[in-house]
Amino acid sequence: MSDFAIDILLILVKLGLIFAVLLTGAAYLVLAERRVLGRIQRRYGPNRVGPFGMMQPLADAVKLLTKEDFIPAQADKPIFFVAPGLAAVTALLAFAVVPFSPPITLFGREVPMVVCDLNIGVLYFLGLSSLAVYGIALGGWASNSKYALLGGIRGLAQLISYELAMGLSLVPVVLMAGSFSLTDIVLAQNPVPFALLNPVAFLVFLISTAAESKRIPFDIPEAENELVAGFHTEYSGMRFGLFFVGEYINMMILGSMITVFFLGGWIGPVLPPIVWFFAKVMAVAFVFIWMRGTLPRLRYDQLMHFGWKFLIPVSLINVIVTGALLLWLKG
Amino acid sequence: MAEGIDVYKRRYGQNPKSLWRDLKGTVEPFYVTLRNMFKKPVTYQYPEEKRTPYPRYRARIVLTRDPEGGERCVACYLCSAACPVDCISMQSSEDENGRRYAAWFRINFSRCIYCGLCAEACPTLAIQMTPFYEFSGRDPLKMVYEKEDLLIADGGKDNEYNFYKHAGIGVANPRGGNEDEYGPVDVRSNLP
Amino acid sequence: MATIIFYILGFTALIATGLCITRRNPVHAVVYLVNALFALALIFYLLGAPLVAAWEVIIYAGAVMVLFLFIIMMLELAPNPVDEAAGPGWMRWGPVLLLGLVLVACTVLLILVDGQSGEGVPTYYASPQDFGYALFSRYALAVQVVSFQLFFAAVGAFYVGKPPKRRRKEQA
Repeated sequence: MSDFAIDILLILVKLGLIFAVLLTGAAYLVLAERRVLGRIQRRYGPNRVGPFGMMQPLADAVKLLTKEDFIPAQADKPIFFVAPGLAAVTALLAFAVVPFSPPITLFGREVPMVVCDLNIGVLYFLGLSSLAVYGIALGGWASNSKYALLGGIRGLAQLISYELAMGLSLVPVVLMAGSFSLTDIVLAQNPVPFALLNPVAFLVFLISTAAESKRIPFDIPEAENELVAGFHTEYSGMRFGLFFVGEYINMMILGSMITVFFLGGWIGPVLPPIVWFFAKVMAVAFVFIWMRGTLPRLRYDQLMHFGWKFLIPVSLINVIVTGALLLWLKG
Repeated sequence: MAEGIDVYKRRYGQNPKSLWRDLKGTVEPFYVTLRNMFKKPVTYQYPEEKRTPYPRYRARIVLTRDPEGGERCVACYLCSAACPVDCISMQSSEDENGRRYAAWFRINFSRCIYCGLCAEACPTLAIQMTPFYEFSGRDPLKMVYEKEDLLIADGGKDNEYNFYKHAGIGVANPRGGNEDEYGPVDVRSNLP
Repeated sequence: MATIIFYILGFTALIATGLCITRRNPVHAVVYLVNALFALALIFYLLGAPLVAAWEVIIYAGAVMVLFLFIIMMLELAPNPVDEAAGPGWMRWGPVLLLGLVLVACTVLLILVDGQSGEGVPTYYASPQDFGYALFSRYALAVQVVSFQLFFAAVGAFYVGKPPKRRRKEQA
């Protein structure tokens, strides 16, 4: 076999592994979320299916697959069908640039533990997260329902507002690492992770990723008590499941992005790198779940004020201050 | 609006728009939820762990018997009249000494809402609610209970009570012969 | 390999743009335009300008078109209920699926090819560093002019969006 074929084979194996890990991870994240929310509210959460409820994701999948696939009358069918896939695929593709361990040596070859180490990894991630908006906007529009439409509009407004803060909070990271590549960013955090060096950027990024994944303090696109279920009101069965899984995959992606950008990626003492990476991702996911169990939903205008009048100015000032400090330090 | 802020200041003694208050209000809940995460859940894990309901809990309905073992029900129809969902039906009958009883008595438990109005309406304490709550089925027709299914060999809540020892027209004792019963009133002597 | 992908992407962009300007339904037009922009971004990437490709996706597909969609949805410009007489099923279905599949396939191919082997790497390659240096040294004046324009636009938007004095007093 030629080198090229081996390369392609390795990439396919990595892709398959990542898909498997990501999908099971997302499924079990749903379970973890329900259990943790249950404990916060002093109940058990799902613990009936299998030991500790471990088979619950499987049962949920079977349920969603066997449910009726309902299509509203006069829905825009092509867009209606494509939208949930768009939401899930944009979330999945973002994982291509995440490095979860330093390169390992396998059969005498050095195998990088990332599907594709793009030199514009940060921008690739931002681009995909901005494309993720289309899933909810088009899904909401194509449903031909006023709740779904309102949810879609809110989603659009929220995501483009918080994307700015998210992008701006990544600028200091890129400045400090001196590279757009995620592997270089992780390596630049070897002694001290960026979360300690630049806590402002870390907090802004954490908040805007929570908004970007439409999770509870920022879940106005699907606000249950106002919009039924927001943009996915008219979706049922596995199409709804795709939106749902997409949301949790998105949570895993954003968790790994926070890990890579601010928590030092795979770097950590004693344990093997990959364990550190997943532990950090799970810790971030736990913080997201904890936040969901704690904070109430923001009103639409509060959300917009917070995004445009607080987060964006703060991250802009942070960019200027970080740049000035870096210039001063380098002399 | 301004008045509301004044009231707030008087009540809480701080500037309602202060950043400190906002920060505190955002961070403190995280501690509360974290604390609750490590408390024992209050859930009863039902099929394994059953809670004991209070004696007056309203669940399955029974027909009780008096201390001598006779049916208490006098088929007065008050329960079926009181029933908001009309799930009780019966046919009254009389034996040779004038004692009324139900020829048949039927409760459709698939309609019953366990409101307890029938038990409140019953003059002889015959129909009573019990705390037996594990009471459900898949076939509505199997939830229709006849008199034989409803009768129990017990007096229920007021075990010693026997209606015909206190009242009733000459069934157990002649009129006015019961212990806390007055004799029959001569209507003509009541005239002014 | 690179040539074949280039032609596939080029035709995709052309077809998508053509469909975009012939659609009656503005939301469909936006979807096709996003497709075209995405194909263009991939072409930029293929030609060795990853930074431009990323900006194309982030700014044009991710921000400008999202704003278009936002306005269309907000003002209800799109006909709803959808006109069923627009043509047979495959006419409405085909392009969406075709474009989506082609774009996803190309993305995957580009990711597979990039950096792993010599194939598909163009003769000239503008790394983010090169691009930045060129932008802020050789084209510094142009960048300044454009940024001033944006600044004016921001000031103008602020002026237009400012509530009139009377209303501001009421709000205070």
